[in-house]
Amino acid sequence: MLSRTADSLYWLSRYIERADYLARSIEAAQRLSSLPAAYAGEANEWESAVETAGSGEIFHEKHETATAETVAHFLICSPDNPSSIVKCFESARTNARAVRTALTSEMWDAINGAWLELQGLNPSKLTPRDWPKFLAWVKETSLRVDGSAYRTMLRNDAYWFSRLGVSVERADNTARLLDVKYHILLPENATVGGAIDYSQWAAILRAVSALTSYHWVYRESLKPWLIADLLILNTQMPRSLAACYHSIVANLDEIAGAYNRAGPAQRTARAIHRQLGATKIEQVFQSGLHEFITTFIADNNRVGSAISSQYLV
Amino acid sequence: MAFDEMTEGGGGVRAPYEKIAQWLETVPREQLQQRRLEAELFFRRGGITFAVYGDAQGEERIIPYDIVPRVLARAEWEHLARGLEQRVRTLNLYLADVYGAQNAMRAGIVPPDLVWQNPAYRPEMAGIEVPHGVYVHIGGIDVVRVDADDFYVLEDNARTPSGVSYMLEGREISIRLMPELFGQHRVAPIENYANELLSSLRSVAPRNSAADPTVALLTPGQYNSAYYEHSFLADKMGVELVEGRDLLVKDEVVYMRTTEGPKRVDVIYRRVDDEFIDPLTFRPDSGLGVPGLFAAYAAGNVTLANAIGTGAADDKVIYSYIPELIRFYLGEEPILKNVPTWRCREPEALQYVLDHLAELVVKETHGSGGYGMLVGPHASSSEIETFRALLKANPEGYIAQPTLSLSTCPTFVESGIAPRHVDLRPFVLSGSDGVRIVPGGLTRVAMRDGSLVVNSSQGGGLKDTWVIE
Repeated sequence: MLSRTADSLYWLSRYIERADYLARSIEAAQRLSSLPAAYAGEANEWESAVETAGSGEIFHEKHETATAETVAHFLICSPDNPSSIVKCFESARTNARAVRTALTSEMWDAINGAWLELQGLNPSKLTPRDWPKFLAWVKETSLRVDGSAYRTMLRNDAYWFSRLGVSVERADNTARLLDVKYHILLPENATVGGAIDYSQWAAILRAVSALTSYHWVYRESLKPWLIADLLILNTQMPRSLAACYHSIVANLDEIAGAYNRAGPAQRTARAIHRQLGATKIEQVFQSGLHEFITTFIADNNRVGSAISSQYLV
Repeated sequence: MAFDEMTEGGGGVRAPYEKIAQWLETVPREQLQQRRLEAELFFRRGGITFAVYGDAQGEERIIPYDIVPRVLARAEWEHLARGLEQRVRTLNLYLADVYGAQNAMRAGIVPPDLVWQNPAYRPEMAGIEVPHGVYVHIGGIDVVRVDADDFYVLEDNARTPSGVSYMLEGREISIRLMPELFGQHRVAPIENYANELLSSLRSVAPRNSAADPTVALLTPGQYNSAYYEHSFLADKMGVELVEGRDLLVKDEVVYMRTTEGPKRVDVIYRRVDDEFIDPLTFRPDSGLGVPGLFAAYAAGNVTLANAIGTGAADDKVIYSYIPELIRFYLGEEPILKNVPTWRCREPEALQYVLDHLAELVVKETHGSGGYGMLVGPHASSSEIETFRALLKANPEGYIAQPTLSLSTCPTFVESGIAPRHVDLRPFVLSGSDGVRIVPGGLTRVAMRDGSLVVNSSQGGGLKDTWVIE
């Protein structure tokens, strides 16, 4: 297939996944910030929402402090934010339009339909009262796009490149969440326990829709090292780094098989996958949670560039 | 009084429209309205849009779709199709002549200066042999009807005629929205168009290409007004939709960049204009083209459809010579009529036009899209005076024609069912193995009462066109 087509499929999936993550992270912040000050912790939850979105710098060029209003507006629709939810949908639709012939009609309909609805919703006029409904709509849309891809696309390179986009973006989102929140999960905080910590920990899980999963997997009250285990190493959890890499490797292998040729993208991804599989959560904490995450983010970016130079240009 | 294709202007109903007329009498207006809304929704959701340049309002618009089909009897169509084939064969022979032996100029049929001074004439093409001698692989011939017997060719489009996706999607909609009406007629299918197009394009692959030639559709990109059509056709043919940046030329061979490395391309159905197709040969500031494409073309390693320089055959002055050219090249009498045309470059013609401006339609020789024209009977006196000055200053730039009384068809408008003027653009495919035409074409309709301007850029709508047994 055309490199440009693969590129558009990859990016449209990334944008939809990013919009989904932003919606979840705004929801989590809104929930946490509605608790009494003592429970919400010292950190400003809106500050960390904008940080985990990777947009702290651009945000602070325009705003002094991070409040519910400024951050939610910024993450949802601010024209100053190149990766706002609205911008993500626009970019996804631009990419989809550029490769219409590679999409099934169901996928096109899911993306174009959402874009049309968005024109009618007028997101810049939304008030905090409208957010929950809007954010639910965003998550539903990403489900529809994802579901239509899963149910209708031929299992060929077009499908594999779009799945790669989802997994690479997802790994990046989970890792950035951990990068901003890691200190809450450090052992020195674990001894405290209680309602305050519970709310903080639960917020992390909620941001990736993993609170219920946690209980099913561990059948335990919230423990910070288990939260880290769930989000980093547990392959059952679809947003964990390990699960993302499982999927990245599988899709890269499919591509290599179809093209009869593997390259740096396959090698780099496999190395990360192997390492995640061989690591125990205790080791992660011993060698430093923050260092681990920082290294992972850099590695994940390397895989992204390798995919790009091997196939997309 | 214009010829109405359903009623002939009288109380009766012409045979091809019998069942349509009954249907129109019985179907409630609300239902028509409902179906029209559904059609609009279908276009909107499908992203079946076009863009109007210079319109800041909407980047993408949909074309009004009129749900009442336009009907042609099989015999009427056969006559028309024979004329279209004759016309396109002549256009191809003329272009081969212009860039080759120049017999028609030497024989005094077409004045040589008209050929050389035409801005669409490409000197780079002189002496180049195009694969299989085909220039106009896809021709859009605009025809209008004035009475029960006569079709006139209004315009030949030999560059990159568009609109065929609307013809095909319009049919899908009418099948979906009016199954009962469909069930009562035997409508000739057009769904094989993309298949015919692909066969036609593959037939003109360079002789040195692989047995299974690779076809690609070259688009200027998604901000082009006809982008939907480009993606639609690429999809229906199952060929790659490429932009200039997806192609590269090495050793005079064209390749596309794929995830598996460069892949050779043999035939390019290009929807990028001549000027923009190769910055090394034509406009150097073009970002849409492919550097080196023309050299590969000249070396005979790739087929471009349509060929470069086909605009030399479709301007409005050359149009007036086509009947003569049919006689010259084919030794046949023209089957379709030409609208009488005054070439303002000729002094007597100019004088006549200046004396009769209020009755005539004046068009720019190289204009298109319904822009830059004067419709005398509908123009104000100041508009007429403006054109008088333009004509005197630059007579070469204009031709004039009598206002034709375009036929009308029943159309669903605000006030109910009313006659509106229509034209027809059938699409004619030429390959190394002959001419292919699917029965029908794109019927454009002027939605405003009395208006003769059917162009979609100026509010015209479209209709499904039925050829019935």
